[in-house]
Amino acid sequence: MGAVRRFSGSPWLLLLPSIVLLVLLFGWPLAQGVLAAFRDGDGFTLAHWERLFGDPYFLRALRNTVLLIVIVVPVQLVLATGMALLTQARPRFLRTHFAIWCVPLAVSELAAGLVWLSIFTDRGYLNSLLVSLGLSENGVSWLGYQNTASMLFVVVVAEVWRATSLVFVILVAGVQVIPRDFDEAAQVFGASAWQRLWQVTIPLLTPSLRVALILRTILALQAFAVAQALTGRDFPLLVGETYQWYVNLQNPAVASAVALVVLVLSLGSAAFYLRAMRGQEAR
Amino acid sequence: MSALPPVDPRPLRRRRRRAALAQTACVLVTVFMALPIVLVGLAAFSSPEALDEFPKSLVPSHFSTATLAAFFGGTGTIPAFGNSMLAGVYTVLASLALGGPAGYALARKAFRGRDAYQVFVLLVRALPIVVLSVPLATLFLRFGVYDTVFSVTLLHTALALPTTVLITASIFVSVPADLEEAAKVFGCGRFEAVRRVVLPLALPGLAASSIFTFVLSWNEVLGAAVITLGHRTLPAQVLAALAEAPQSYRFAGGFALVVPALLFILVMRRYLVNMWGTTLR
Amino acid sequence: MRSVSRRAVLAGALGAFAGGCTGFATTGTTGMVFLSTQFRPVAEAERFRGVLARTVPDQVSYVTVEEGPFATQVRSQVDAGATRVGLLGGVHGDLAPLAGGYLEDVTAVADGLRDRGFSAEHLALAKVGTDRAWYVPWAQATFVLAAHADALQHLPPGADVDALSYDQFLDWAIAARRANGNRPVLGLPAGPKGLLHRFLQGYLLPSFTGGQITAFRSPEAVRAWQYLRELWANCAPASTTYDFMQEPLAAREVSIAWDHVVRLASAPERDPANWRMAPAPRGNAGLGYMAVVLGLAIPKGSTDPELAKKVIGAFSRPQAQADLLRANGFFPVLSGDLPDGLPPAITLQAAAVGRQRRAAGAILSLPPVGLGSREGEVTKAFKDSFRSIILDGADIQSTLDAQAKVLNGVLADLRTPCWAPDPPSPVCEVA
Repeated sequence: MGAVRRFSGSPWLLLLPSIVLLVLLFGWPLAQGVLAAFRDGDGFTLAHWERLFGDPYFLRALRNTVLLIVIVVPVQLVLATGMALLTQARPRFLRTHFAIWCVPLAVSELAAGLVWLSIFTDRGYLNSLLVSLGLSENGVSWLGYQNTASMLFVVVVAEVWRATSLVFVILVAGVQVIPRDFDEAAQVFGASAWQRLWQVTIPLLTPSLRVALILRTILALQAFAVAQALTGRDFPLLVGETYQWYVNLQNPAVASAVALVVLVLSLGSAAFYLRAMRGQEAR
Repeated sequence: MSALPPVDPRPLRRRRRRAALAQTACVLVTVFMALPIVLVGLAAFSSPEALDEFPKSLVPSHFSTATLAAFFGGTGTIPAFGNSMLAGVYTVLASLALGGPAGYALARKAFRGRDAYQVFVLLVRALPIVVLSVPLATLFLRFGVYDTVFSVTLLHTALALPTTVLITASIFVSVPADLEEAAKVFGCGRFEAVRRVVLPLALPGLAASSIFTFVLSWNEVLGAAVITLGHRTLPAQVLAALAEAPQSYRFAGGFALVVPALLFILVMRRYLVNMWGTTLR
Repeated sequence: MRSVSRRAVLAGALGAFAGGCTGFATTGTTGMVFLSTQFRPVAEAERFRGVLARTVPDQVSYVTVEEGPFATQVRSQVDAGATRVGLLGGVHGDLAPLAGGYLEDVTAVADGLRDRGFSAEHLALAKVGTDRAWYVPWAQATFVLAAHADALQHLPPGADVDALSYDQFLDWAIAARRANGNRPVLGLPAGPKGLLHRFLQGYLLPSFTGGQITAFRSPEAVRAWQYLRELWANCAPASTTYDFMQEPLAAREVSIAWDHVVRLASAPERDPANWRMAPAPRGNAGLGYMAVVLGLAIPKGSTDPELAKKVIGAFSRPQAQADLLRANGFFPVLSGDLPDGLPPAITLQAAAVGRQRRAAGAILSLPPVGLGSREGEVTKAFKDSFRSIILDGADIQSTLDAQAKVLNGVLADLRTPCWAPDPPSPVCEVA
């Protein structure tokens, strides 16, 4: 632990390039955004916030966004963990399965929305199926503006389909550095499959799980193209509102205010996860 | 003393049952992942008339490649495809070069300000890109790099850094530090140890993060639409046209955007399988 | 492993060599950039590129972009003093916010083309409330009704589809719904990109109240919203997802619809004989209708102002106007007869458009004028009223009062005079 070693191994040297890039490209616009939300022609104001909270869409968008995250993220984590463990079970045709599971990785948000739209639209494949089977006379209006619950369901399905692969890839990378002998040792000691999962695999997966959880939450907060493609503005989400205020209404101040809400939610959840899942790092 | 105990067939049966269960689960997941793609493919190859039928048959009554052909033949689609590819590849290289070292630092060193750094990196990802794109466009215009793949790369690299840093960090954590120490004992320098021991072990994770990054760049549209004009990326070129097109176009476009994804996965598949060699033996 | 990475590096180097840092041009040509919010769908854009090549021999790259990015692109380029665009095209609402700071004064160009036969209204509109012209009219469009023969047989007795009142229109929707097993056959474009707000601003409210803004919360306006509630009960619920009525019409999800002429154009394609296009209904105050004008403008610091003026001049010739109508369904801005040999859908529309304009008691409305970048917020007040009153069932008067406050807030900031159909008071506000 000499002085030379300390200098050459200073972590800040390794962190510096990324910090420089981010400050240059994002620090300045970010500061501008924060200021814009509290300023108008004559100095400090809260008018933009009043405008926002008086808007019929905002609270609905907030509710939908939170609902979506609370439902989608856990479902994805469980599903992706299951998928990652399935790869460990070495089923037949694993390579094919694996490749297909990765396909949604490369499907953009809007394309995913379009894909599911062809299924859930009033005259889409799902209603065609229901009608041909005689289960319903004219199909179900899945995306009708009155059916908030079914809209939520459709958006959740589309989001799960679109983004589970990302979590899956992170977890597979994590699973495959877990030495098999751990699991085998636990087996020798007579641990049941369930015990092995909870006592051995999950704890060793924690770093990957934490990353997946943080990233997915933050990215789920950014979701809006899928909902937009499927439901238009009947199922508003926060980032969709930002886009609406900025692009269609050309009111950057209120848009920044919505963006700040997204920011606070993201950072809040990230900080919460970082605290709650302290453990496996830097042993 | 006594006779051999009778063979207990239960573990074997249990094992078989488990294998069958795993097999079924795999097929179910695969169907869920593949079915929508198949359907949108069918919709893309239907003629507009066939799309208007109700109830739709699963296999369209009239095949037609007219919309798809018009779509791919549209002005600028092919160059835009090239731009997306370039931006994706550049972004992967840049974000690994910038984010990899940071991830290593986070994984190997306990230092003050670690959490602060992580939160700072996440801050970027947490702010909707819409709000950042306009000041950025002004910045790029001032520096004369507006409307170039380079500017798109800069933007996407900044967007991808958080994921790169966090994923690489979680991977480097899983590479046992004692291996590195052992390498040093055997006379490797610090960089030598990282290059010969840590990197090979961490490659799968780095590949995962690269895929992640490439896909992010491939699909990012809001920012790319504002900072480019005559050198658009594929999503920026196509999505604006899609949003207002007739239904048949939308499905063709949706499919056209998925096709590169399929090709990408096919091309990457062998590579992926090599990467996850231990998993996919 | 090593070979893979080496190959990757090689491939990357090759790619970089081919594409460099700039990337590949995606505009088809290398000429002046003509940035536009119009003709975005691939097929329309390709057809317009054809018209452009026939109209102007020079190299012009036609680049389409959505309204929001259009405004941000132009603003950020002009603000940075590095304009990359030669010519702009868009609807009045896209160009008006840019007038003054971001557009060149084209009064001289407009005056030079005076003998081509632009209407005085359009030329006045292009001044955006100032004394100079900021764009030159390019093409125009309006909104009409489209109906399939199946629905026409349910018209109430004595009603003429070319001269409906709003009450007859409602009765028709009810009769057609009952005849269809109680499923509504009327559709309105209330989707995220639909133009329903233009129905409110230019058709429903002017027909009931005679105004757009001033009578926003008058008793007549309350009656108009009550009427719309009844009408909505006879609209297909999927209307909130319809952006372009031609699709649900062609798919026969609905048989009666109101929309922009361009967004109805492909509905009658397959069996034109079975379709009718008709003027909008009339209310107690008259027959409110709205005209949309496209314009061509030159951005400040244009890359090639001379070529831009040349393109503007070329598009104000009758032949180019007719070509545009045939290709993309936008009507000419010049007085004079329409050309022959038009597609059936456009012939149907042309008749309805003419009847609508010439109807007794016709009230022309304009999309909000002179609001600059705040136009979206004014339009939002109409859309939010629709969502609260019609979709969420809120109380009409209190919703209108609340939205009137929002409207007056925006209008008080701007202090602009009212636009048609409201009387031109010095400062526009909701009474």
